[in-house]
Amino acid sequence: MHMADALISPAVGGTMWVVSAGMIAHASRRLRKTLDESHIPLMGVMGAFIFAAQMINFTIPGTGSSGHLGGGLLLAILLGPDAAFLAIASVLFVQALFFADGGLLALGCNIFNLGLFPCYLAYPLVYRPLAGKNTGARQVWTASVVAAVLGLQAGALGVVFETVMSGISELSFKAFASLMLPIHLAIGVVEGMVTATVVSVVRHAHPEILRHGSGERLAGSSYRRVLAGLLIAAALTGGALAWFASAHPDGLEWAVSGITGREEIEAPKGGVHAELAAVQENVAILPDYGFATANSDGEAKTEEAAWPAVSAGTTVSGIVGGVLTLIVIALSGWVVKRRSETRKVAAG
Amino acid sequence: MSHHLVEARNLSFSYPDGTPALKDVNFRITHGESVAFIGASGAGKSTLIHHLNGYLMPQAGEVRIGEVPVTRETVSGIRRTVGMLFQDPDDQLFMPTVSDDVAFGPLNLGLPRDEVDQRVTDSLSVVGIEHLRDRPPYKLSGGEKRAAAIACVIAGAPDILAMDEPSSDLDPWSRRQLIQLLAGFKHTKIIATHDLDLALDLCERVIVLHKGEVRKDGKTREIFSDEEMLLECHLEKPLRMQT
Amino acid sequence: MSNLEVHFHEIGVLDRIAAGDTFVHRLDPRSKLLATLLFIVGVVSFGKYEVSALLPFFLYPVVMAAASGMPAGLLGRKLLIVAPFALLVGILNPFLDREILTAIGPVPVSGGWISFTSIVFRFMLTVSAALLLVGTTGIHGVCFACEKLGMPRVFAVQLLLLYRYLFVLADEGIRMFRARSARSFSGRAPGPGLYAQMIGTLLLRAIARAQRIYLAMSCRGFDGAFRSRTPVGWHVRDTAFLLVWAAFFTVARCVNIPEIIGSMFVQ
Ligand SMILES: Nc1ncnc2c1ncn2[C@@H]1O[C@H](COP(=O)(O)OP(=O)(O)OP(=O)(O)O)[C@@H](O)[C@H]1O
Ligand SMILES: [Mg+2]
Repeated sequence: MHMADALISPAVGGTMWVVSAGMIAHASRRLRKTLDESHIPLMGVMGAFIFAAQMINFTIPGTGSSGHLGGGLLLAILLGPDAAFLAIASVLFVQALFFADGGLLALGCNIFNLGLFPCYLAYPLVYRPLAGKNTGARQVWTASVVAAVLGLQAGALGVVFETVMSGISELSFKAFASLMLPIHLAIGVVEGMVTATVVSVVRHAHPEILRHGSGERLAGSSYRRVLAGLLIAAALTGGALAWFASAHPDGLEWAVSGITGREEIEAPKGGVHAELAAVQENVAILPDYGFATANSDGEAKTEEAAWPAVSAGTTVSGIVGGVLTLIVIALSGWVVKRRSETRKVAAG
Repeated sequence: MSHHLVEARNLSFSYPDGTPALKDVNFRITHGESVAFIGASGAGKSTLIHHLNGYLMPQAGEVRIGEVPVTRETVSGIRRTVGMLFQDPDDQLFMPTVSDDVAFGPLNLGLPRDEVDQRVTDSLSVVGIEHLRDRPPYKLSGGEKRAAAIACVIAGAPDILAMDEPSSDLDPWSRRQLIQLLAGFKHTKIIATHDLDLALDLCERVIVLHKGEVRKDGKTREIFSDEEMLLECHLEKPLRMQT
Repeated sequence: MSNLEVHFHEIGVLDRIAAGDTFVHRLDPRSKLLATLLFIVGVVSFGKYEVSALLPFFLYPVVMAAASGMPAGLLGRKLLIVAPFALLVGILNPFLDREILTAIGPVPVSGGWISFTSIVFRFMLTVSAALLLVGTTGIHGVCFACEKLGMPRVFAVQLLLLYRYLFVLADEGIRMFRARSARSFSGRAPGPGLYAQMIGTLLLRAIARAQRIYLAMSCRGFDGAFRSRTPVGWHVRDTAFLLVWAAFFTVARCVNIPEIIGSMFVQ
């Protein structure tokens, strides 16, 4: 459920970057004050552990599909929210760079969805109160499952919000949410169960580590600051949404105006067109509206006003120019390669 | 120089889970000596080595380096004197490149930049791995990793080298290289090992540990000739001394 | 081998490429990081129906790949591996947005197909730019650049440690997985119970390792502060590199170059 660069707008990506970078700075500042230096290698290795753990898949019972550990909640329980947030953020950083999972601009979104929710929401607000001081297996189980489910649902909602707000994908909020939330409900239950089991294993072998994580008190004032941060984040995102909504005409309205602008276009019958129409009916991905002819000047103009980049008149020159551009690019790539190779030969 | 002295007096230690690992251990190692600690798995070799630079603190008795007892207050000075080579070199090479790793200790000593660079170059050339300078440690072979770890240790210019299983996971050729390298060092050497042939090559003195106790302490050849005692401690005569 | 495993081995390949020595490799990591960010912002800032104006942006990855010796095959493979999420979400566009916006000759094209094409191009551009950044700079360089640009030290340090132990721990994970597969005959992934046990074991090993690393660090005088030597410096060529690309991105963002070229031929 990583967000990808291709699906987000700069407004959304940039906002989430600012929010996530702020949270990283905040977490680092707090850690610097309280950190026991033996925690530095522990954080790094725990991040690497999350990677390794993700190499192993489990089957989600009853679905036949498989998933892997997200690990945000587990790390928060083991390391405390700040260290866990940094560890998760670095996991995502490495994934964005080396696995090209997500992407650099979407990194802010991903840190927000997969790090902030489990570490600063699910862990302190759900897990801690539910588990309490009790180390009883049942409390830990309930707390882990509830916290994991809520954390993942919040994360999934984040993905949906960011995608819809970016407006690159056509999925509506409702459709996307009804796709994402049930899947993440199942994943969340398993994540919670796995987290609880692993926590009890660690509690047996290394009680001192758990003391580090959960013994640390979130001081009232800094806690309020986290909440304030979240509120500011929400306000910023809301602002971005509003800005975006005004910059882009509402998708539906615009589509309607497009339809009315073309009502008189008649589809030529027979020949290639008829065949194409038949194909189109079968495939059903092809547009179900009639076939356009790109010969009406007036129409091209009205359309240009609505959305300049896609008017029929400019399409042909766009394609011709595009092909030429790509040829030029390929040529320059070839030249650069030749030059750097000859230089290497000359040097060697 | 008295400060190359390594001494354990009535040292005992149990792990938090109650496993007794060392019981009333006594020895005294003097300047320039090479001593091997041998013993079956679980005999307490690693536990003992971990006491020499204060990773573990004595629960009873004491450990002295030079005339200084190992305590929380003295531990940072002691770590400069005792260089430690770990069983798994991956634990010791944690920086992005070999030269960063070697520079880590000298930088923490607060040395100026050019002196740090000098030490890095010197240490790499002593162990013969200048060509690995900019390589990331995880791309090295087992033998190369071990060499890099040794370079890291000697870059801190310690007087005493403590090593835990330095020859494990090495092929015969790398092992031979390692023995030659270590034989060239003038440091006081303390080696915990299963590799009795290595002990025979490098150490004039051997201390046998059995279930956390010092079973025997003496000249290498004499100890390896005492087959009965070796057998009791689940050890075997070095291959080279058999037949 | 699982998909992740393949993925993972390719990190090693990227690392080897990052150790190269070309003009691009020698640039200051900061200039490459900034250029990459400008590039990505430029690409994603286009409207969702933009296709042709995206094409000039291919110049950057193509030139960078050519100049740094990054194999095109590797880039392509990586793109294929990570394609699913973006494409799955994007492929719905043609179903949902069937409004005809234009035509190529006699064939009408709906908005959904245009925006889908746009997503595919964005995806190729942004992913290859990110891969080229690490492929020419390495994680160490990227971390250094980020730190210089304000990333907190603690974060940078544990990021590097994470990267360092990724290989060690993933190896342990893979071995454990193989050992399990060797003993199970169903060939299916383990259920949550067994999975949690495997993860627990892996975690205990990881914790023990972290403790040993901390010991190794403190043996060499670690006191919580990381001191590093960073020999890279900002040169004129870095300024030039950044300025030239920034200018190109700006022009390509403001002017639809393919359309201008095309209209010269088509009129
Ligand atoms: N962290 C630990 N917690 C509890 N017990 C431990 C721990 N480490 C070691 N032990 C126990 O202490 C005893 C001594 O272990 P030690 O690691 O010193 O043996 P060793 O001689 O180094 O063995 P090997 O040759 O296998 O490395 C063993 O019984 C071992 O099980
Ligand atoms: Mg041992």
